[in-house]
Amino acid sequence: MEIKLKINGINKEVTIKDGEYLQSALKRLGFLNVRKGCETGSCGLCTVLLNGKPTLSCSTLAVRGIGKEITTLEGESVEVAKFAEVLTDEGADQCGYCSPGFTLTVIAMKRELESPTIDEIKHYLTGNLCRCTGYMGQLRAVKKYMEVK
Amino acid sequence: MFTIKQHLMAQSIEEGYETLVKNRNNMILGGTGFLRLGNKNINIGIDLSNLELDYIREGEDNIEIGPMTTFRSIETNKLLKENFDGVVAKSVEEIVGIQLRSVITAGATVASKYGFSDFITALLSLDTHIELYKGGILSLEEYLSEEKVPKDILVKIIIKKDGKRAAFKAMRNSKSDYAILNCAVSCLDGEYRVAVGARPGRAVVKIINNDELINNIDKKIEEVVDEMKFGTNMRASGKYREMIAKVLIRRSIEELK
Amino acid sequence: MGYVGKGIKKIDGMGLIKGASSYTEDIALGHNYLTVKLLRSPHAFARIKNINTTIASKIEGIECILTYKDVTDKRFTLAGQSFPEPSPHDRRILGEYVRYVGDEVAIIAGTDEETVLKAMKLIKVDYEILEPVLDFEKAIDHKSIIHTEKPYTSFNYGNEHMRNIAAQDLLVEGDVEKELAKSDVVIEHSYHTQAQIHGMMENYIAVTYMDFQDRMNIISSTQIPFHVRRHVSKILDIPRSKIKVIKPRVGGGFGGKQTAPMEIYPALVTKVTGKPAKLVYNRKETHTCTTTRHEMKLTVKLGATKDGIINAVDIHGLSNTGAYGEHAWTVFSVVGQKTLPMYRAKARRFYGEVVYTNMTTAGAFRGYGATQGTFALESAVNELAKKLDMDSSVIREKNLVKQGEVNPTLNSFVGEKSIVLDSSTLDECITRGKEMIGWDKKYPMQKISPTKARGVGMAVTMQGSGIHGIDTASATLKLNDDGFYTLLVGVSDMGQGCDTVVAQMAAEILCVPVSKIIVNSTDTDVNPYDPGAYASSGTYVTGNAVIKAANLMVEKIVGGASKILNIPEEDIEFNGESLLLKDGKEISLDEIAYRLVAYEGQNQIITTGTWGGHTSPPPFIAGFAEVEVDLETGKVEMIDYAAVVDCGTVINPNLARIQVEGGVAQGIGLALFEDIKYDAKGKMISDTFMQYKIPSRCDVGEIRVEFKPSFEHTGPFGAKSIGEVVINTSAPAIADAVANATGVRVRTLPITPEKVLMGILNTKHSN
Repeated sequence: MEIKLKINGINKEVTIKDGEYLQSALKRLGFLNVRKGCETGSCGLCTVLLNGKPTLSCSTLAVRGIGKEITTLEGESVEVAKFAEVLTDEGADQCGYCSPGFTLTVIAMKRELESPTIDEIKHYLTGNLCRCTGYMGQLRAVKKYMEVK
Repeated sequence: MFTIKQHLMAQSIEEGYETLVKNRNNMILGGTGFLRLGNKNINIGIDLSNLELDYIREGEDNIEIGPMTTFRSIETNKLLKENFDGVVAKSVEEIVGIQLRSVITAGATVASKYGFSDFITALLSLDTHIELYKGGILSLEEYLSEEKVPKDILVKIIIKKDGKRAAFKAMRNSKSDYAILNCAVSCLDGEYRVAVGARPGRAVVKIINNDELINNIDKKIEEVVDEMKFGTNMRASGKYREMIAKVLIRRSIEELK
Repeated sequence: MGYVGKGIKKIDGMGLIKGASSYTEDIALGHNYLTVKLLRSPHAFARIKNINTTIASKIEGIECILTYKDVTDKRFTLAGQSFPEPSPHDRRILGEYVRYVGDEVAIIAGTDEETVLKAMKLIKVDYEILEPVLDFEKAIDHKSIIHTEKPYTSFNYGNEHMRNIAAQDLLVEGDVEKELAKSDVVIEHSYHTQAQIHGMMENYIAVTYMDFQDRMNIISSTQIPFHVRRHVSKILDIPRSKIKVIKPRVGGGFGGKQTAPMEIYPALVTKVTGKPAKLVYNRKETHTCTTTRHEMKLTVKLGATKDGIINAVDIHGLSNTGAYGEHAWTVFSVVGQKTLPMYRAKARRFYGEVVYTNMTTAGAFRGYGATQGTFALESAVNELAKKLDMDSSVIREKNLVKQGEVNPTLNSFVGEKSIVLDSSTLDECITRGKEMIGWDKKYPMQKISPTKARGVGMAVTMQGSGIHGIDTASATLKLNDDGFYTLLVGVSDMGQGCDTVVAQMAAEILCVPVSKIIVNSTDTDVNPYDPGAYASSGTYVTGNAVIKAANLMVEKIVGGASKILNIPEEDIEFNGESLLLKDGKEISLDEIAYRLVAYEGQNQIITTGTWGGHTSPPPFIAGFAEVEVDLETGKVEMIDYAAVVDCGTVINPNLARIQVEGGVAQGIGLALFEDIKYDAKGKMISDTFMQYKIPSRCDVGEIRVEFKPSFEHTGPFGAKSIGEVVINTSAPAIADAVANATGVRVRTLPITPEKVLMGILNTKHSN
């Protein structure tokens, strides 16, 4: 079926199969940074923002994106660049494969939580797995990013 | 592999129900986060997401949760945080990550009677009823006691606002893992409702009266736990589960004292 | 100039975070790829009696279906090691026998996924099911023989295939029995380290196509592009000159991508059909059909005087290589090589066997045997300390090898001459680590409530820096026409940051900002040969090659300038940005660069350095764990981990620090969470991130890192390696902390709540 999705503020038409998930529709539209990591909803790589909330695109039916604001990494380029600065300052970028989903979650967290504690930050970001960094450098970067205007 | 042949955005619960009973392989779609991990070949997937079933609202003497309400909404809901010492909100907050909790729904979890569920255990410790479209209102305990998942639509979860105090404990090794065991205990007028889930089977509930605890709390808990069955899976043995069930129950009760 | 030692940003970091097209999936666009999928064995051990693809082949859109009848019966290994690989050639592209659940049965290629999956279901396979070997302790002389044909081995490392033995090892120095007999105290315990899944975020992926020169192009997420080229060439009978391998950015490797588990399949499809082909593993395949860490059982005997002087270290090992022998012997031998030199014992021995089983194949994994060996040896040393009623840091002070000492097992192989330990600050690492964790106050434990206890524990370890006598890398520098450089290296950045580190080294010598060094890695047509990113060789081996190339570049720039300016070389001073002439004139490098490549100079300067080491200098780390144990549930909570590292000169403190934090966290996973479970028939059931739990950010506690740099004279700017050594101490330090908190010594990883609680109850019971 043909559906319309509003992605990063722009309406896109995409033909989907019944039961297709948002992730594969986004990939087909060229949003390759919506990464595939686990197929079980466990890793957070495919996170997009649905009406601003971090959501697994691998586990959300594409039809449920209709009428919602879908945001991918490309739609947050200003905030992404700010976060990239602090993350790379810590050297915590490493392989980078988890970063689109992670970065979007961090951006959403900054909007949602006001001066969160360390535990609140960790809790908010638990669903974003990373195998390279050991998370400490990411945490240092997130703390800095929360201060960035 | 999980497949959906046809997707139906239901215009009414009635339409959803009519479609559901038409074919054995028609199914109600919840969040579909868990469903997709299985091998179901669904004929018509019935989507209720346009029926405004995503709500948590306060009635006169109860709290109602719509079936399409996500775990993330439950976790962050003020009403659920303020009632029953926040057990309902607490029970979902350690499930994988917020991205998944933004997907999975209350209705699908309860309707499917998932054994690993933390949410069901919390609800079970409270005075919780569910409303089925055809089956009407029945207690959660009664619903869970049936082995099968009925061909019906869960339209509402109803928690009686009776001022219960409650505690929730889950034992998981890694923070984003399934629980090895979970336990929720509520307390009202000297009566404890003890729910234990992820045994790994479905949650069960037992009642303890306060006076039974006066002389020997451990002995009473042991009796209660003896009546429960515990199984072994890749996360832990039944024996271990039985041991920590006692610990989690005792700690919950102590918290409520 | 000060680029070495600075925590500059990773040169690819900003681009990666901003989502630039970087990984295989991104850059492999634009071809109409055939989708390739593999039909896999549902049985742990079986013979294919009959396989019928007739109906499946008729599906519209199917391009080819290949079974063992259609492919060469050539045998090989897929280990990414320098030729001749020291791994048995016991694999085929497809074979009549399948040796684990997931072993490849057929290659199917078609227009899209749906078509291929449809065809896959229609392939009929009759299996003769054989009794599998699913317990590695029962593998030797089991009645099921997993490989009945003798595999080719490049030299004799003890492969006895008819006994299910893939390899054997013996490393010995002195008379172990004699020293044990002389000892006041002898302890003996067995330690079991589980297989571990790499769990890199990017699944395995490779695409192949024929280019306009009719050459096979392979884009692959690999750590070993040059070995991939060699493997594909040899296995598919394509001259190496007809193959080009491109390694884009890689989404993590950890040694997993040091084996080439899947490139041959799309390459074969492209060879057969002439069409572009793409194979993407799903998470299940990544976890079950590639490689894991070798599961091992290590029995350690330590003999010591009552004053805690260790006389003898004796380790017997049994390693599980699974269905095939990738890295079987080399990983196993590293167990001995990286443990025996640690302590100044008079006699030391490591020996044992690597066995085949019908389980997922094991292979390279960060730490490469040292991780397993360190868990066993360090746990045993901690147990010895306990037995002697001695602080476990004190027993190490008394026995650890020190800088300047000659050590007979340091150079890995028996018969090689003993070498001096050129650099080590391990003693300082221990002192500092104790301060960081608060050792003197907290050792061994503190009861913080009736149901909670906190314990501290420690472990030390070493690794190597490259493989001496084997690893050889090259780096090529090109001066471009505007005074900036291209640095061509073959080492594979997979996130660890080696592209940045080599750029820093070049910048240091060439006296230009790092932004003027464009690093190119890796395209096998363009870049100089490099064995790949493994054995902790990037900084040390490739780094040394870069230094050679850069020094040569400076020489040639001055030489080139001298020629076009007609001034003697000694009258030119090069400061990186410009050339200062004796007469006070200054000419910018930009100008000279342009004049050199133009008609005037006719001198494009390209320099290459090639380097291989005679030694493999060990980096060291002292790891200190603090845990909190729930005494009623057995749950272990990480509180704090202090790691103090001697990696020689720290080239980039930020990147090095993240390597340590990441390694410690991966080690925490090994210690507490990660466990591969099989069902009774040998099917891996912990095959997803849902069931196989790598640590989340709420599981690792606090990880704190400091450096105590030594100066390694053979290293680039005094540097040693860091990538692997950092994973080794977590498990033994945590096990020790748990033991100190509870009295329960868990010798079988992972340390689950259940094992701890059962241990606590058993102790209570026996008291």
